[in-house]
Order: sequence, then C-alpha cells, then structure tokens
Amino acid sequence: MILDSKIPEGPLAEKWSKHKFNVKLVNPANKRKYDVIVVGTGLAGASAAASLAELGYNVKAFCFQDSPRRAHSIAAQGGINAAKNYQNDGDSVFRLFYDTIKGGDYRAREANVYRLAEVSVNIIDQCVAQGVPFAREYGGLLANRSFGGAQVSRTFYARGQTGQQLLLGAYSALSRQVANGKVKLYPRTEMMDVVIVDGKARGIVTRNLITGAIESHSAHAVLLCTGGYGNVFFLSTNAMGSNVTAAWRAHKKGALMANPCFTQIHPTCIPVSGDHQSKLTLMSESLRNDGRVWVPATAEMAEKLRKGQITANEIKEEDRDYFLERKYPSFGNLVPRDVASRNAKYVCDEGRGVNETGEAVFLDFRDAIIRDSEDVIRAKYGNLFDMYQQITGENPYKVPMKIYPAVHYTMGGLWVDYNLMTNVPGLYALGEANFSDHGANRLGASALMQGLADGYFVIPYTIGDYLAQTPYTKIPTDHPEFQKAEAEVKARIQKLLDIPGEKTVDYFHKKLGKIMWDYCGMARTEEGLKKAKAMIKELKAEFWRNVNVLGGNEELNHSLEKAHRVADFLELGELMVDDALNRNESCGGHFREEYQTPEGEALRDDENYAYVAAWQYVGEGQEEVLHKEPLLFENVKLTQRSYK
Amino acid sequence: MNLTLNIWRQKNNTDKGGFREYKVTDVSKDMSFLEMLDVLNEQLAEKGEDPVHFDHDCREGICGMCSLYINGKPHGPLQTTTCQLHMRSFNDGETITIEPWRAKAFPVMKDLVVDRSAFDRIIQAGGYVSVNTGGVPDANEIPIPKRVADEAFDAATCIGCGACVAACKNASAMLFTSAKISQLALLPQGQVERKERAEKMVAQMDAEGFGACTNTGACEAECPKGISISNIARMNREYFSAVVSSENV
Ligand SMILES: Cc1cc2nc3c(=O)[nH]c(=O)nc-3n(C[C@H](O)[C@H](O)[C@H](O)COP(=O)(O)OP(=O)(O)OC[C@H]3O[C@@H](n4cnc5c(N)ncnc54)[C@H](O)[C@@H]3O)c2cc1C
Ligand code: SF4
Ligand code: FES
Repeated sequence: MILDSKIPEGPLAEKWSKHKFNVKLVNPANKRKYDVIVVGTGLAGASAAASLAELGYNVKAFCFQDSPRRAHSIAAQGGINAAKNYQNDGDSVFRLFYDTIKGGDYRAREANVYRLAEVSVNIIDQCVAQGVPFAREYGGLLANRSFGGAQVSRTFYARGQTGQQLLLGAYSALSRQVANGKVKLYPRTEMMDVVIVDGKARGIVTRNLITGAIESHSAHAVLLCTGGYGNVFFLSTNAMGSNVTAAWRAHKKGALMANPCFTQIHPTCIPVSGDHQSKLTLMSESLRNDGRVWVPATAEMAEKLRKGQITANEIKEEDRDYFLERKYPSFGNLVPRDVASRNAKYVCDEGRGVNETGEAVFLDFRDAIIRDSEDVIRAKYGNLFDMYQQITGENPYKVPMKIYPAVHYTMGGLWVDYNLMTNVPGLYALGEANFSDHGANRLGASALMQGLADGYFVIPYTIGDYLAQTPYTKIPTDHPEFQKAEAEVKARIQKLLDIPGEKTVDYFHKKLGKIMWDYCGMARTEEGLKKAKAMIKELKAEFWRNVNVLGGNEELNHSLEKAHRVADFLELGELMVDDALNRNESCGGHFREEYQTPEGEALRDDENYAYVAAWQYVGEGQEEVLHKEPLLFENVKLTQRSYK
Repeated sequence: MNLTLNIWRQKNNTDKGGFREYKVTDVSKDMSFLEMLDVLNEQLAEKGEDPVHFDHDCREGICGMCSLYINGKPHGPLQTTTCQLHMRSFNDGETITIEPWRAKAFPVMKDLVVDRSAFDRIIQAGGYVSVNTGGVPDANEIPIPKRVADEAFDAATCIGCGACVAACKNASAMLFTSAKISQLALLPQGQVERKERAEKMVAQMDAEGFGACTNTGACEAECPKGISISNIARMNREYFSAVVSSENV
C-alpha cells in the first residue's frame, strides 16, 4: 500500500492557499444534496458540524453524552495557542510552526503543522465573534500567557476553563444550526461500526444508549471526531467515557492507525491516592508559569517529609532542588511536557518523592504569592486551586501542591492525509482522533487549536473536493452492507452478554491499564514491551472467557457500554506495544530506555525512524502490517532538541 | 467508614420506581462520592445484580453530566458538583439518601439518570450569536472592558447541570436560562440579537414545562458554579424591554 499524504506542491507558506484554490468546489445549491455524518461533538466535531451545516450540507451529529456540550473538550483548562503576536514579543506563524515541529521531536508533517499555525489566528477571531469571554487586559484587549516549549506569550485563555468556553462557543454555533434544521442531533448514541460500500465510507451503525436500538445512518461522507484513547491506561486525565471504539472499528474496516504508541504523559496531575481511584485530575500546565517545581535535595530529607517529621515549608532554600530550573536554565519550569514528566520520574526514582507513595514532586507558589500577592494568583488560577483543595483537602495558597505525571493525550490516531481523509475514501478523522500535527509530543494549548482548526477551517474546504466528485445518489439503509454491519454489531452484543464469566468489566480495564502504565508508559524497554504483549494477549483471552456483562441490550446498560470499549482497548493496547517495540529510538513522549543521551534525554534515530508508522489490520489474531510514510523536512533542520 | 445508602431504583422511563437500601463498607474519606458509588456497583456486579445507573463523565466538575439529589440537596451538602464531593463530608455510620433530579421537564430514564435535553432546546432557541465561520473581524477590533468581560465570564461558567431546577420548588429553569442571556447581553457581540434572544429563550423555557420563579433563591444557593441570581433580574429586564418593543407579535 502506498500512503499518499497529498501534500500540495510549492513553498511551505503557500501550500494551503494554493490548495484551497485548486480543490474542487460544490456549488452552493448542490450542497443540500449531500449528507454528512459527524461522530463526536467536541471541539473538532462541533466546529465541523456547525461549519458544514452553515455551508448548506445536511449534517447528523452524534455523541454518547446526554448533550453535545459535555464532550471531553469541555475539561480543557489552560488555553489555546495562536500566532497573533499581540504581545509584540516576536511571535509569527513560522515561529509557532517551528515550536510545534520541534516540540513534537520532528515526527510530524511540516505542511500540516504550518497550516495549523497559519489558521490559528482565524480561530481566535471566530471565537471572539461568537462571544467567547477570553481573558482581557484593563485596556479591553485580549490577554496572553505562556505555555511549555515556547518563549513567547501566545496562549489565549479563559481563566482555567478555556476548553469549556471554546466548546460552548462551538456548541452555540451547532445549536443554531439545529434550530435552522441543518443539523440533526443524536445524543446518547454510540457509533458501533462504519459502513463501507464499494470501498467508500457511506454510513455508520449506532446503538441508542437508552433503548438499545441498533440503527443505520447513511451519508456521503463520515467524519470521526471521537477524541483520544488515553483511557487505555484506565487511569488518565480523560473523561470516564473517552474511548477508542469509533476509531478502532474504522481501523478494523481498513483505516490505518498511525503512531499509536505516541502518548503524552502530563507532568502536573494530582497524584494517585489509593486503589479506589477512578481518574486522575490535571492541574493545568499554565500553573508552571508561576509555580516552581522542586523536591528536597536529598533522599534522607524526602524520607523525613514522607514520615511527617518535617513539612515542606520548613525546608530551607538551600535544601530545595528546583531540578527543572537547574537543568534547563533557559526554559526552566516551562520545558515541554515529556521533559518535565521524565525528570519528575527521575527524582522520584532517586527516592526524593514527596508524598506517602513516593511518587510526587512539589509545585510551589510561595514565591509568586510573595511577588504578586495572593489575589493576583487567585484571579489567574482560582478555580484550579479550589479544585485541588477539594480533591486533596490541602490549601495550595499555604502549602505547595503535590503533583505527578499522568496519561493525558494521545498523539497517535487514525492516519489521515493533508485533507484529513483516512485511507478509506469518504472517511475523515479530525481532532485528537487523528495523528496529524503533534508528532511525538504535543505542546500545551495546541490540541484546542488543532481541533478547531480541523473543524472550522480545514474540513469545510477539503470535504468539498471529495463530495464534488461523489454522485448525489443516497444509499438506502436496507442495502446489504448496512444489513451486514447491523447483524455483526448485534452478534457482538449477544456474544458479550452470553459470556458466562465471573469478573467485572472494570477488573479487566484496571489490569490492562496497569500493564500499559508499567511497560508502555513513561519509560519503555524491549524486554518490558515483549512481556506486556504476552500479558495483554492472555488478558484478552481471559476477557472473552470470563467477563460478566450484566443486564440486557434493550435498556440503558453501562456494563455493556463499558464492555465494548474495554474489548477494543485490549486490542489497541497490543498494537501500541507493537508500535513501541518497532520504534527503536526515543522521541518525545516515546522513551525507550535503550536509546538515550548520556544526560538522559531522548535519542532520536532520524536515519531509520523519521517516518510515520501506519498499521493495517489484516484479520483476527494476525499481526498487523506496518506501512511507512517518510517524513521530509525541507524547512527545519533536524537537531537534538535542547531546552537548556 | 461504613454507610447505608437509600437509593432510588427505577428500571426505565415508564417504571414506577422506589427506594432500595444498600450497605457499603470500607469507604475511604479520600474517595469522591462517585467513587464510593463505583465501589457499590463493583459489589453489585460481583453478585450479578444490576448496577445503579448514574450520569457522569469528566469527574472534574466541568462537564455538567453528574447530578444526584443527596440527602435532600442537589449535588449534596457542599456547593460543588457531585463528582467533586468527597466522602470526608460524611460520617461513619451515616445513612445517605440518593435520588434523581425531580422535575417534569427532566424525565427519569433509569435509576438516577434523567433527560435534560430541554436545556439544549432552550439554547437552540437563541443562545448564540448568529455568525458563520469565517468573515469575522480581528479579535482585537472588539475591545471589551475587563469588568464587563469578567461579568460575562461569570455567567458563562454555567455547566448546564440542572441543579438549579432540582433545587427549586417550582422546577424553574430561570437561573440556567438567565446565565446565557446575561452573558450575551453584556457583550458587544450579543447586542444585535439581544431582544429576540430573550424572547425566544424565555418562550422555549416555558414550552418545556419549567415552572415560574418565585424568588426563593434556592437555585443560587445550590448552583455548583456560583451563578448569581442577579442574572435572573437582568433576564427579566431584557425580556420585558423586548416584549414592550417587540416586532414578533
Ligand atoms: C483535563 C484536560 C485538560 C486539557 N487542557 C488542554 C488545554 O488547556 N489546551 C489544549 O490545547 N488542550 C488541552 N487538552 C486536550 C484537549 O482538551 C483535547 O485533546 C481535545 O479537546 C479533544 O477534542 P476532540 O474534539 O478531538 O475530542 P473530544 O472533545 O474528546 O470529543 C469526543 C466526542 O466524540 C464522541 N464520541 C466518542 N466516541 C464515540 C462513539 N463511539 N460514538 C459516538 N460518539 C462518540 C464523544 O461523545 C464526544 O462528543 C486537555 C485535555 C484534558 C484531558
Ligand atoms: S445555573 Fe448553576 S445549577 Fe443551573 S445549570 Fe447552570 S451551573 Fe447548574
Ligand atoms: S462528572 Fe462532569 S461535572 Fe461531574
């Protein structure tokens, strides 16, 4: 299989403009003859559905929550990047492009990333026009803050609730189109399969989560905007329902999965407190603007701390090790996430962790409060501090926060070309569900940017090119391919319900999560990964033999919903391990212990691994086939990333 | 700690439903309320009994999906969402009563799960600025005084959970609706459609079967996001000035 990325010819800065001019257009009067399915109503899905409906296409939008406004994007805290250069501090489209490519450790496509940086400025304009209340300065203009991996202030924010405000903006645009009759909403509906007719994506099969009804929906194109798969680790910062099911079903129908092992471990999350834990809570990266990360200088002192013999505030300045500031003086606490996470792990591995489990470091606001006052800090981060206090019972204005890395984001996802189309014609992937723009490590505040870029400003152009070449004819849902897909979905449900097992679905999910975290998490080795692969295979076999899925299909049934998702995670987990094993280098969030510099930084192998690893499903129980899309760098020089 | 839970169980929308008592043991103070229910559900599942269904997703207090009427209060004893409520707010040996939101416009679907799509329809009636994607001015061409932006922001933080309706003896949705109307009435972007918006959203709210407001203030007291009741006053002003000068009679 040849992977054609369809990157337009010409100089980097002109590719997108030229492409927009060259793509085919659908005449305004003909747009209403096309139906488009959008699965997911997060930033990517809601912005795409609204924009396509505004253009005149008939849209059906699906989500599993009870309202589109509750998609996981709502939880994003810190902010969204855009190359506006409102601060006059030297930002530009090229600098945002460069920072993103470098931050991703040179494992993303130049052309895609450049386009992302280019349209970033339009996103802010669009959101403000919708009434999104971004933070402002006293003069009435927009405020910015800085995020990791950048030396300019280009992050727009709405207190610690940027995702909420952006999503509510997109949701309002979507709601307007629902009122106009151009979007039909399907909440509490889960996509169970993609339907492919004559090699093209022509619809989906869904399950109504309230009644259990299995239904078919036909369209001329299908957009998967279904988010990331961080929950394969069980514990992550993702919402409880986030899953890989939609993407995985597409994968099993022929869509390639790219770089599945590229996962982001976020450095600043509230540490695990016990076995009952159901999820991990992020403390936004924006906190690293003012918080200083440290641990005691010695393991002995850390031990005293853990035993409660001394408190953090009693530790003298000279006995504190601000390890990020020490090792990376020019970026300090604002190094990229992968670097910050790995260093937190190192100091904890040295026995300098600061909580009972030994897996936590301090994030301290003492100096910022002395410098700026408590009120200023409260105005910037009040809701995050409140959340921290509610969860831990400690007051971060008085004692330093304790944080530890946690799974947060998945850079990997469905392979897409420059038009955001997967290798299956008519099937697109947007937002976190695709693999496209973040390489091996995503910079903070770039996922919101990418989701909205894809939905507002890329897909409205690129989908026209495809639809213009697609006949208006609709395919009825009694077509044999729909019937077949429905029958398969029903059979799978029955199979799950019929297993005479004894263990709950969560039992398997937790076990899988532990395997993934231990062997395919922050640090990976060949030996560990091989072990993990065998363990996952065994766990998967046990699942299908011994899971107990309660209740029936014709009702609201969380046990059944979860069982579907965990079954898919088990398959994905194995592929992630294969991908991590294949990549004999370290890059960004993928850290293979065998490949590191003497200082413990990721050691890339550009000669052999400057490619996108795209995996093809070839059948139950068979090893997936690897396809390589070489990455060409014409505008940036590949160097060892340095944040010193 | 050990607790007794008195939980509303209802098979589906047409079932009559009723309370059932459960015991949970070894609850840690660090657990969130929903994690405590997870423990109960694991126990039920191990015994082959149908788990208690409740809505939740982000578990960070922001998606608005979790609900629960706990000991007679929406989202329980603290002014926060149920997912952010922790067991340190309860005592060993306590009996906790857990019910769904109760309101005509929020029908119960199963156990503690209700249908809040009425809220979506209120937003669809006018909770937006009618701009299409593209063709908008540069963001900094619309300067907004910080004070105004902050006030709009306060209204915009509503998470659409429905606690205000559950708290109100009239099951009124005024706080929810007024939060959106206020946000957009305060901002320059919202001016063009200001009157029409207030009229349409209020009409939809009434059509959904939410009750009238009698100013008890229960909504504000229980709102996990601290949405101020002053938004209702603003909505009333917006609405009356709209009807007085209405073109849509
Ligand atoms: C706590 C947290 C904080 C974050 N903060 C930031 C930040 O400050 N800045 C930043 O840039 N990024 C941040 N991120 C990352 C960012 O929020 C996400 O990557 C982004 O919002 C994903 O958007 P999306 O539209 O791709 O998917 P999502 O918002 O995850 O939406 C997925 C949608 O798909 C639907 N769906 C999924 N599966 C199915 C199915 N099978 N059937 C039907 N529907 C389905 C869901 O219902 C939902 O509507 C943060 C992430 C987390 C977890
Ligand atoms: S106003 Fe408050 S209680 Fe009502 S829906 Fe919004 S956040 Fe919930
Ligand atoms: S689960 Fe999202 S607000 Fe409680």
